[in-house]
Amino acid sequence: MFSNPDLLKFVFGRLTLDSIPYHEPILVVTFIVVALGGIALLGALTYFRVWGYLWTNWLTSVDHKKIGIMYIILAVIMLLRGFSDAIMMRLQQAIAFGGSGGYLPPHHYDQIFTAHGVIMIFFVAMPLVTGLMNFVVPLQIGARDVSFPFLNNFSFWMTVAGAIIVMLSLFIGEFARTGWLAYPPLSGADYSPGVGVDYYIWGLQVAGIGTTLSGINLIATIIKMRAPGMTLMKMPVFTWTSLCTNVLIVATFPILAATLALLTLDRYAGMNFFTNDLGGNPMMYVNLIWIWGHPEVYILVLPAFGVFSEVVSTFCGKRLFGYTSMVYATVVITVLSYLVWLHHFFTMGAGASVNAFFGITTMIISIPTGAKIFNWLFTMYRGRIRFEVPMLWTMGFMVTFVIGGMTGVLLAVPPADFVLHNSLFLIAHFHNVIIGGVVFGMFAGITYWFPKAFGYKLDPFWGKMSFWFWLVGFYFAFMPLYVLGLMGVTRRVNEFEDPSLQIWFVIAAFGAALIAVGIASFIIQLIVSFFKRDQLRDTTGDPWDGRTLEWSTSSPPPEYNFAFTPVIHDHDTWWDMKKRRYERPLTGFKSIHMPKNTGTGIILAGLNVVFAFGMIWYMWWLAILAFVAIVAVAIGHTFNYNRDFYIPADEVSNTEGERTRLLAGQA
Amino acid sequence: MPIATKILRLLTVLPLLLLLGGCDLVVMAPSGDIAIQQRDLIIISTILMLLIIIPVIFLIFIFAWRYRQANTEATYDPDWHHSTGLEVVIWSAPLLIIIALGALTWISTHKLDPYRPLDRIDADQPIAADVKPLTVEVVALDWKWLFIYPDLGIATVNEIAAPVNVPITFKITASSVMNSLYIPALAGQIYAMPAMQTKLHAVINKAGEYEGFSANYSGDGFSHMRFKFHGVDQQGFDAWVAQVKSKGTALNRDAYLKLEKPSVREPVRFFATVDSDLYNAILNLCVRPGQMCVNEMMHIDMTGGAGKDSEENRDRLEYDNRHSGSGHGGHGAGHASEAPGDAAVEPAQHDMNQHDGQSMPGMNHGGGAEPAQTNN
Amino acid sequence: MNQTHTDQVLQNEGAPAFYTTEEHHPENSTMLGFWLYLMSDCLIFAVLFATHAVVGRNFAAGPTPADLFDLNLVAINTAMLLFSSITYGFAMLQMERNAKAETLFWLGVTMLFGLAFLTIELYEFYHLIHEGAGPTRSAFLSSFFTLVGTHGAHVTAGIIWMVVLMIQVAKRGLIVENRRRLMCLSMFWHFLDVVWIGVFSFVYLLGVLG
Repeated sequence: MFSNPDLLKFVFGRLTLDSIPYHEPILVVTFIVVALGGIALLGALTYFRVWGYLWTNWLTSVDHKKIGIMYIILAVIMLLRGFSDAIMMRLQQAIAFGGSGGYLPPHHYDQIFTAHGVIMIFFVAMPLVTGLMNFVVPLQIGARDVSFPFLNNFSFWMTVAGAIIVMLSLFIGEFARTGWLAYPPLSGADYSPGVGVDYYIWGLQVAGIGTTLSGINLIATIIKMRAPGMTLMKMPVFTWTSLCTNVLIVATFPILAATLALLTLDRYAGMNFFTNDLGGNPMMYVNLIWIWGHPEVYILVLPAFGVFSEVVSTFCGKRLFGYTSMVYATVVITVLSYLVWLHHFFTMGAGASVNAFFGITTMIISIPTGAKIFNWLFTMYRGRIRFEVPMLWTMGFMVTFVIGGMTGVLLAVPPADFVLHNSLFLIAHFHNVIIGGVVFGMFAGITYWFPKAFGYKLDPFWGKMSFWFWLVGFYFAFMPLYVLGLMGVTRRVNEFEDPSLQIWFVIAAFGAALIAVGIASFIIQLIVSFFKRDQLRDTTGDPWDGRTLEWSTSSPPPEYNFAFTPVIHDHDTWWDMKKRRYERPLTGFKSIHMPKNTGTGIILAGLNVVFAFGMIWYMWWLAILAFVAIVAVAIGHTFNYNRDFYIPADEVSNTEGERTRLLAGQA
Repeated sequence: MPIATKILRLLTVLPLLLLLGGCDLVVMAPSGDIAIQQRDLIIISTILMLLIIIPVIFLIFIFAWRYRQANTEATYDPDWHHSTGLEVVIWSAPLLIIIALGALTWISTHKLDPYRPLDRIDADQPIAADVKPLTVEVVALDWKWLFIYPDLGIATVNEIAAPVNVPITFKITASSVMNSLYIPALAGQIYAMPAMQTKLHAVINKAGEYEGFSANYSGDGFSHMRFKFHGVDQQGFDAWVAQVKSKGTALNRDAYLKLEKPSVREPVRFFATVDSDLYNAILNLCVRPGQMCVNEMMHIDMTGGAGKDSEENRDRLEYDNRHSGSGHGGHGAGHASEAPGDAAVEPAQHDMNQHDGQSMPGMNHGGGAEPAQTNN
Repeated sequence: MNQTHTDQVLQNEGAPAFYTTEEHHPENSTMLGFWLYLMSDCLIFAVLFATHAVVGRNFAAGPTPADLFDLNLVAINTAMLLFSSITYGFAMLQMERNAKAETLFWLGVTMLFGLAFLTIELYEFYHLIHEGAGPTRSAFLSSFFTLVGTHGAHVTAGIIWMVVLMIQVAKRGLIVENRRRLMCLSMFWHFLDVVWIGVFSFVYLLGVLG
């Protein structure tokens, strides 16, 4: 018989009332705000009766364009969370002097910096990149959708599921206090016995499945779905960088999954992979996680390079300089990114030859990267540069990124790394390349492709505000960290004694505030543009005088992207078509074969959240039930053979006729 | 617009430069020969890279200005996209810099390898043949530093001293999780890892009081894992040793086990005597009576294991049970002297309340009863 | 590149075709996609093999492969899996001949071999744990159980998939979709065979003899 506590323990695992952080005022206020916001949103959705619309047209959609947009919405929401963490850290470090201790005790502060890293990489940068690739790649290669549309929907919802798991830790239990890569033995069962690391593991594991599948999907799409005539060397550069990024995803995320699985076995089953006990080897984890972790950096930055390539050539009104060398540079970076992981821990004492080898391979990456910078530079040469917002982001990137690249090469010199490793200099370096590279790139991309996605441009005034606040804010926030690094200040410290450091932290906090204004400007830009959408309307489908295929179709593109499959003769296809007076077909439309929407993806992902929650809190019954349900739903899905439909020729004809009228109206 | 960028950037940089004058850039102005060479390397590498970075940044602004849309004077050549000569230049310029930097890296990495014994005191003085380096054994504990001077038979917590211009050999390990020993004024850092030993050779050239700390996050008390490094002359060092000897207590296994318990902001402590085999036992994780040493385990493993009937070895190899109190107490083997823990000062723990009686599947077999309650 | 560019313009003077009115059917991507999945799965095994290479001799003063492994049993087990691969091949041959009943028969045989493999593996695990050589005994055993267990989990998933496919083939026959699925499962099943050869050689043989 169960006595009462046993029953409670069986039902709730290790979840008790004490796990709810109601004694932490910051979290309580956050919870109230989130709850009120959530209730307001749900209420509004119900009031305006948009649930049905949302479900049929968005949540269950297999349309790559909508999935891409949803990825970016997820990223923007998570950016707000990740950035709140950043502001809290900056504030803490700016005031925690002279024994005051600041306002965040270590156990809270440690969760914040861990969450900041995890969220920014996995749930901001990754969805931004994946979302952009999802939206743009099929359009650029003249395809109607990705290779596996249902899988695409499922991948997206798995990423959301991972984000939900991580967000749950804010209000139920705690998050990891280990740093974003959770090195054991600190992250092992003995030194981190709470649920924090388990939230970390399951959040990343679930999101990682989505990322891997989406990588497979996009590789297959790029290899198999290109329009006739588009040979590999005629693909737009963004598609090339997407291909390389997805190859990296498929070739590294399984390593992350396996590594986290081994840590899970250590924590849940008492195994000894990374323990000090019984022959375990914690340093093996550090190696494995960085074999994933370093290519991950390139997973993020390569698509940004692709965006800059498209933007530079469009806004300079010129073919990209050195297309071929750009492609080879991308491929070389892809391969080399596997040979450098050890530079993240030169200080482990691997020996001079090993360190020197990895240091030099790291430096070699700067050669193709340097070539890319020159290619963009010489694309500007003899161009007609229009300084629209995407071009501003690109300029900001070029200047900022070379500085970050330089400090990166500096850190690749092992003896120099010995004095700079784990210091705020390192923090400044990787924010310099990730903000200056990835974030600027994603903002450039969003501004550039926004009219394609929604049919109207983003308001340029608020775009410029956002850009300047981000740029100036970045320099204010991170240049002081370079200085602090040279003053010997290490990362992840939550209290300082030396008062001479404080001024630098105050400047950095001011910079963070400027970035906050930059983010706010971006949100305002979205709202203002929505209300001014009639003025900003793009009726041509080609608002920037673009060069690649996505600009040949309407804005927003019809569900089927292209009424007839394009035939490619040259890269910069659309430019070529415009130059040779392409005539848009007006008749002869046929019915188009398309995949059907399905709710299986969102249901499976929801069950994964339940499964993860059960595992995290040791509610074994819940985990088992959820697991069985996942298998059952997945199998059930395979019994549905009726997965596609035809858009009738009449409907295609109507849609295209509409566009003909629009084009005539603006001409 | 690009002009605006430029001015803005200048405005940003100017006050920073003024500020820089007033602060202590210890990495750029160190006091030990190794750190000085590392500083020089940073400067040389930076200059090498600036050779290419500065022209690039200038070109960005020049091109942006010259080829702006409004400037219809400038040549516009929309189809110009290839130039073999230029391609050769843009690949070979970075290549040349990297060849230079790579050679520098290879040489300096070997020369400044922390494992390599020093061959000079500073730029002008080679090491005299008869100089015996000062050995310091370093243990990163939660969350403080233990320094053992094996040749002098003394030990300290959170304070260390060394005579100027005498080579120091650090042997570094940790008790539980990874840390990193870093004294910026002296030399670059190196990780401190449990059951492993890293080494660092360094020398301090100028007398002074310097900061040292852990440069690798290791948990709650990490921020206060700081200590002072005193560079002193020989006389001063002898006086410091005498002080340690006069004020210090004994550091034996029991005292170490008490010291090892997690604690934050530990004050400086001196130990006048140190058990001679203590460091070795710490390195091999077998200070607690009854535990098997890692090196012994490795020896057994190398010579073909201990066969199937070796269950008792399992308990002797459980090291990571700090947080779960007596851990797999049910096994009972060789845990006779767990008692000292009870007398220890209550460590600053706050995460224990919700994790009592963790029911790790597979971890409580053999014990019969529920895993032991946490009692530290 | 400039050269070819101009050539093309000249060749296509007038109105080059910028779109095709034919329904464009890109080649089906499923095989490529599934192969990519297998490569990603392969990496998971690669990590587990690498882990075994690192900690496979860390016996924690405990039993070694020579103390634990019964190579005869493993040989029988290997035979089961190899036979199952052959019989899966027979099933595919029957599928090519469009013979539904025979295909189902050989799938059934494959499944039985697969089940036999799993039974023997579970027996081995039970036996080891009973002897005190469970996955928590040493890093070597953690990695052994994880590597072999992950392979076993894949075989289990393969068997479940096979059952589902048999039902689907029985219900709908050897239609295009089902053929594609049988091809995917075929790749999966042979992949597991290849992985097992690695496990057999590196974990068992090298463990006992090396």
